[in-house]
Amino acid sequence: MAQTQVRPLVEDELPQEPKGEWKKYFTFNTDHKVIGIQYLVTSFIFFLIGGALATGVRLELATPEVDFVSRELYNQLFTIHATVMIFLWIVPAGTGAFGNYLLPLLLGCNDMAFPRLNAIAFWMIPPGGVLLMSSFFINEGAAASGWTSYPPLSLMNGKSGELIWILSVLVLGTSSILGAINFLTTIIKMRTPGMKFNNMPLFCWAMFAASILILVSTPVLAGALILLSFDLLAGTSVFNPSGGGDPVVYQHMFWFYSHPAVYIMILPVFGTISEILPVHSRKPIFGYLAIAYSSLAISFLGLIVWAHHMFTSGTPAWLRMFFMIATMVIAVPTGIKVFSWLATIWGGKLRLNSAMLFAMGFVSMFVIGGLSGVMVASVPFDIHVHDTYFVVAHLHYVLFGGSVFGLYASIYHWFPKMTGRMINETWGRIHFVLTLVGFNLCFLPMHYLGLMGMPRRVAEYDPQFATINTICSIGSYILAVSTIPFLVNAVVCWRSGEKAPANPWDGLTLEWTLSSPPPEHNFPTPPVLKTGPYDYGVRERRGSKKRPISKLRASDILSN
Amino acid sequence: MQGSTVNSEQTIAVAQNGYSDGHGASHLEDHPDHRIFGLYMFFVAESFIFLGLFAAYLTFRAVTPEWPPEGTPELELLLPGINSLILISSSFVIHKAEDAIKENDVKGVQLWFAITAAMGALFLVGQGYEYAHLEFGLTTNLFASTFYVLTGFHGLHVAFGLLLMGSVLWRSRQEGHYSAESRFGIEAAELYWHFVDVIWILLFILLYLL
Repeated sequence: MAQTQVRPLVEDELPQEPKGEWKKYFTFNTDHKVIGIQYLVTSFIFFLIGGALATGVRLELATPEVDFVSRELYNQLFTIHATVMIFLWIVPAGTGAFGNYLLPLLLGCNDMAFPRLNAIAFWMIPPGGVLLMSSFFINEGAAASGWTSYPPLSLMNGKSGELIWILSVLVLGTSSILGAINFLTTIIKMRTPGMKFNNMPLFCWAMFAASILILVSTPVLAGALILLSFDLLAGTSVFNPSGGGDPVVYQHMFWFYSHPAVYIMILPVFGTISEILPVHSRKPIFGYLAIAYSSLAISFLGLIVWAHHMFTSGTPAWLRMFFMIATMVIAVPTGIKVFSWLATIWGGKLRLNSAMLFAMGFVSMFVIGGLSGVMVASVPFDIHVHDTYFVVAHLHYVLFGGSVFGLYASIYHWFPKMTGRMINETWGRIHFVLTLVGFNLCFLPMHYLGLMGMPRRVAEYDPQFATINTICSIGSYILAVSTIPFLVNAVVCWRSGEKAPANPWDGLTLEWTLSSPPPEHNFPTPPVLKTGPYDYGVRERRGSKKRPISKLRASDILSN
Repeated sequence: MQGSTVNSEQTIAVAQNGYSDGHGASHLEDHPDHRIFGLYMFFVAESFIFLGLFAAYLTFRAVTPEWPPEGTPELELLLPGINSLILISSSFVIHKAEDAIKENDVKGVQLWFAITAAMGALFLVGQGYEYAHLEFGLTTNLFASTFYVLTGFHGLHVAFGLLLMGSVLWRSRQEGHYSAESRFGIEAAELYWHFVDVIWILLFILLYLL
């Protein structure tokens, strides 16, 4: 089909945001781009709240004695810190924000399959979050039995706090399931004609794998929480050993969700990293199919390894063997991804901007978390470090060094597309350095603390650990401070940054064929793919315009 | 349209593929062709709540030395058996509604939906009667707790199915709301009802027969 050549838009032709446009972010809007930004901003606010709670935890741990907060409040702080970071920041930011914003743009469709369902899913997040935070203000205080909420411990603390915790997680889980239904339907049914599974951008593959996990595992957590709430309120003893119940069954159900949840939190970020690295390396992605299928492999393996969290819960030896080996096998598809990323940037013309710095920071930090993951997967080692700070170090390298670094990279990469403004690179780099230094100062020493036997989730500790803990706390203060340059930079540049062109990074995926920010209905006609998503510097294309071409015309944008 | 080679026929074909809402229409429109697919995704999620609960039940059964625990009265089979028959046959009744709407017969839909809803209500009444006459309560022992939670959670789904049928009946009063071409609501309610039915069959085998 003959194509109309697109003339790049000049500045004055770019769609201007009408006054009062910001109000739409506070309404039940069904545009996937609005919803994506709603998810991102909301979850970032919760990231700041969760960060404040973490700083409280570190303030307490700066000295061996219980001095900053009471023991009870300390338990509430780390419980709600973890719950907020997982259910209100990483899951909604990774799947909700970037899934919603990017999927229709990358797939070349106008919106998600079910826009209203999408808006409903988002609007469950703020009430769920406010509900959770409100538990700090009731008499008995918030839930205090860790984010795992193991019975019988979770049945022994304040009932109201625990009930609020259950309700809030149920609401957030439902929101996540509704989102997954939308993502799967959109990916399977709404790709632009000509886009097959094997030439869709890797982020879509990652979201596909993550959505399957959400759909299959989150409901099991709901089942566990329903039973737990009966124990809590109705006096049953399903999970209570004193009444004939079995708490280990709760652990199985809980980890059947919560282990895949790790992949729900990391897979979308794997996806965005696979988008960011080739763009800023100016090279095709290395091993497209390997990265794509390894997401599915991770998704499948992720479902059959949950009991490695329960090596010390009386799990029989033969079962521990199975879960140990299955867990270690996950390192294979993950390693495939890491090596493919390294091969992608190898010899590339790297642009070391904030997005790329965070993406490379992600790869290196995540590898550390992945290696300590293989360590704790082995039963003898895990029995030694179970419930120590080694586990805390490991999970933060995966979830902060992995997910959060990846989310920052994604924010810097798509900031021009989302807001129509460029973000300041100098402040972005300052933000990166502060985050990297603060993060490693805070969490690297925890490996040592764990090996020395310092238990997690306890407000006071042996004075011999005091110096190292002080170092960790200083790291956490740097981390807290590191969000300030980012926040100021983002707000100032969103309001009055330099206007962003349609394709500031010379990317080849479809979102860069649209103006920044994209028009309300994305593509006036289904876009025709002129190149693969990662054909940077490919020989056949030499001499042609290094831009993908859609049938978008200036007149279409202006009449919107 | 300068230089465009898209002729009007192609434009229409494109429009039918769901790109008709370029300008006027709002984002509010769900994609009609994909709703059934989305519904199946929802059933996957629903299945996994039940599968999780079933697995928990089976694990309790396996790790408890005596099952059901000593002193649990035998379950009566007659009433739940009749109840199961009612629910299973209602699945065939509701299928008649789909046949009817394919013939544009809204009256038929109303009839078959009303009958199905009545059978569903009868099932709930039967279950309520059974609850009232059981010799164990929610907190008696592990078996009793899981029994009530599982059957109760299923009963909740039946009740929601009744609401769905009620809303279809309410909407069908409006002339032309449902037709052979536009019958998502009817199909969705029917599929949901089949789903609830299948769950009951598994539940019945698990709780009463095993």
